[in-house]
Amino acid sequence: MSQDVITSPTSHEAHDEHHGPSGLLKWLTTTDHKIIGLSYTITAVVMLIIGGALAELIRAQLATSNGHLVSFAQYNELFTMHGSIMIYLFVGPFAFGALANIIVPIQIGAPDMAFPRLNALSYWLYLSGSITMLLGFFTAGGAANFGWVGYAPLTSSLNAPGAGADLWIGGLLLTGFSAIFTGVNLIATIFYLRAPGMTMFRMPIFTWNLLVTAILILLAFPVLTAGLIMLYADRHFGTHVFSVAGGGVPVLWQHIFWFWGHPEVYILALPFFGMATEIIAVFSKKPVFGYKGMIFATITIAALSLGVWAHHMFTTGVVLLPFFSIMSLLIAVPTGIKIFNWIGTMWRGEVWFSTAMLMSIGFLITFLIGGLTGIYLASPPLDFFTHDTYFVVAHFHSVVMALVLAAMGGLYFWGPKITGFLLNERIGKAQFWLLFIGTQVFTFPQYILGLQGMPRRMAVYPLHHDWVNLNAISSVGAVLIGISTLLFALNIVVSWKKYPAGDNPWDAQTLEWFTTSPPPHHNFYRLPQIRSERPTWDHNHPEHKSVAHASREN
Amino acid sequence: METTPLSPQRARTSGRLGRRLRVLLTIPAAGLLLSGCTLPSFGVSKGVTKSSVQVFHLWQWFSVGAVIIGTLVLALIAYAIVRYRRKDESAIPKQSQYHIPLELLYTIVPIVIVIVLFVATLIVENPEVSNPRTDVVVNVNAFQWGWKFSYPGHAVVVVGQTTQSPTMVVPANTNVHVNLTSTDVVHGFYVKEFNFSRFALPGVTNQFTFNAVKTGVYSGQCTQLCGLYHSLMFFKVKVVSPTTYDQWLLANRNVSAATAAANATALQNNTYLTSQSTHSKEK
Repeated sequence: MSQDVITSPTSHEAHDEHHGPSGLLKWLTTTDHKIIGLSYTITAVVMLIIGGALAELIRAQLATSNGHLVSFAQYNELFTMHGSIMIYLFVGPFAFGALANIIVPIQIGAPDMAFPRLNALSYWLYLSGSITMLLGFFTAGGAANFGWVGYAPLTSSLNAPGAGADLWIGGLLLTGFSAIFTGVNLIATIFYLRAPGMTMFRMPIFTWNLLVTAILILLAFPVLTAGLIMLYADRHFGTHVFSVAGGGVPVLWQHIFWFWGHPEVYILALPFFGMATEIIAVFSKKPVFGYKGMIFATITIAALSLGVWAHHMFTTGVVLLPFFSIMSLLIAVPTGIKIFNWIGTMWRGEVWFSTAMLMSIGFLITFLIGGLTGIYLASPPLDFFTHDTYFVVAHFHSVVMALVLAAMGGLYFWGPKITGFLLNERIGKAQFWLLFIGTQVFTFPQYILGLQGMPRRMAVYPLHHDWVNLNAISSVGAVLIGISTLLFALNIVVSWKKYPAGDNPWDAQTLEWFTTSPPPHHNFYRLPQIRSERPTWDHNHPEHKSVAHASREN
Repeated sequence: METTPLSPQRARTSGRLGRRLRVLLTIPAAGLLLSGCTLPSFGVSKGVTKSSVQVFHLWQWFSVGAVIIGTLVLALIAYAIVRYRRKDESAIPKQSQYHIPLELLYTIVPIVIVIVLFVATLIVENPEVSNPRTDVVVNVNAFQWGWKFSYPGHAVVVVGQTTQSPTMVVPANTNVHVNLTSTDVVHGFYVKEFNFSRFALPGVTNQFTFNAVKTGVYSGQCTQLCGLYHSLMFFKVKVVSPTTYDQWLLANRNVSAATAAANATALQNNTYLTSQSTHSKEK
């Protein structure tokens, strides 16, 4: 490895020139984006584990057709909280709170986020929002039980009288504000704190994707916040925004929710696309293929995502079908560009099967499956009969599990940068195979179940066809995924401070690999010349610059 | 039972563009759809309505596309990771980054595919969501956790809850118009063999028309989470010959009240529900 080549001559200087509190007080009072990012990472992974445990309970209940592990009421709480925790408290905060917080400032050569104290506020809002939502389990009526989408009027004070519903709303409001503040912070950081030479088109794809994500957050989250306040007012102050009795319109909730909810899909996905992009480039030893096309595709996805919300509402019968159909179908185009760019990056490269790379290839394949099945759902006649069945459940679990694979890739790839030690590759590869195979075993039977007519959110199901077998197989997949998560925990324990990472263990390309692992308080002792989107590579391999047209020079 | 006047306006607004396209494309499309019969089913059945067969063919063509594209991309990924796997740790490949003609190719080809899929969608969608005039009207009312089917003008009402699933009787080879409503929360009217579902929204009368071509009994179910007993909100659709349908209407005139009462008693005695509700109290 060429890591010693790039070791900064100053990297052995004392790291602690920063005089601040240490120990627990440091974690509580810090405004350092790396510490906040680590807090985010740890909290989000804890949420992943809690949400995953609920998923295992759901799959245990469904392993037989008439499961009695939980009651109907408890089952409704289980899938509501599983979805809510995974979407609101894990994937999103992990995407734009955890790795983004740590990596984006370093990738652009900034000393910290633009508003460090706002950044700390974001984290504490996220933590308190998460705890607020989870507290629902300890109330008399149980946690929220109306699904993570909370379709009105199932959320009304009549249908969901418990405090669990209010805690769900409150938790969601708090994490929503946390997301908005992070969005503001990311945009300000990326626009104003780039190092000299780091022009917009020299920013790594990960940073680009986070910029677009942050803009989407600012466009979408305030809408959800407004909707939640309306919902709370309906429940407690006697307003009738969503109740027919007072002249309200229940389906308005679906519009508001999905106007946030579909951009949210890309708010969740784009950061992970960015992670996979960086990882695939590094472990192919090549620049990102079609770098500018990739950025164009990201912006196109974001723009289209604001005009497709009602494809979640085809079966309501109250939306303009062709408009939302073509807008949704069109998203396949920029998404396809990304997939081909990822393949193009590997093409004629030197593909190194590290755990991070395996996770990214797993992401690519799983996302391909989720993407292709998504195209069906953009066609209203096909959506009509798959909507609210397990086909949809399988579709979005393919997508989200692809994101989990990318997230794991991100942890294996960037973890060493922030902790200073590498994770064990052997355990990592075992984790990858369990997670990847588990995901497919988990989702494939669900696609078939959906096509055979099994609706989602059923605590029990009729004994016909081979539904029992298919559900049992799906549950086995869930167990495999569960074991893979345990392996990840084991890996952290086994590898803790065991394998020093050095500054650049992967011969990576972007700026964060130029500094020490972990980086010093304000990230850099010195910066290289920034003349492309991969200054560290240019510095280490000055003779191997990017070339434009491969075909002509061959 | 009130009858909502037919207003196919919604279908009309969503179908204007499509109708023009449909006229243009009917002939080649018909050929495509017919030849779809020899393709694999890709997990979906033809169903028993006029629309469900068209939806099935659309599913087949989408699947053909998905399988071809999916296989192609998987093959490219497989080739890349096998052929270009690292053999020499210190080797540095050519740092190629752009290939504009190739990038344009995989931008334009997907756009063309998307347009084809969209047109195929419109061809199937427009007749499916249109509401032709018909004499057979059923008012379907969904509630927690059951269904009420009333036949305006015939004084026939069928009600059933949870496991006492009610049966909606309809004539075969006839356009049946459904006015779908909900008394409480959002429900989903879904009949697997119709390859179709539609939400029952409180405050909205949702309308659709189907034409079942095959007699038989088909199970239906609520697909949209609607509270505690969502999992048990079943119903059946019984498609009979028009003559049998007329006889059934006559025989069931004004018996609805008695049926409803009987169903309510049956619900209370239902051991399955009782055991479940006891179970939920335990926690």
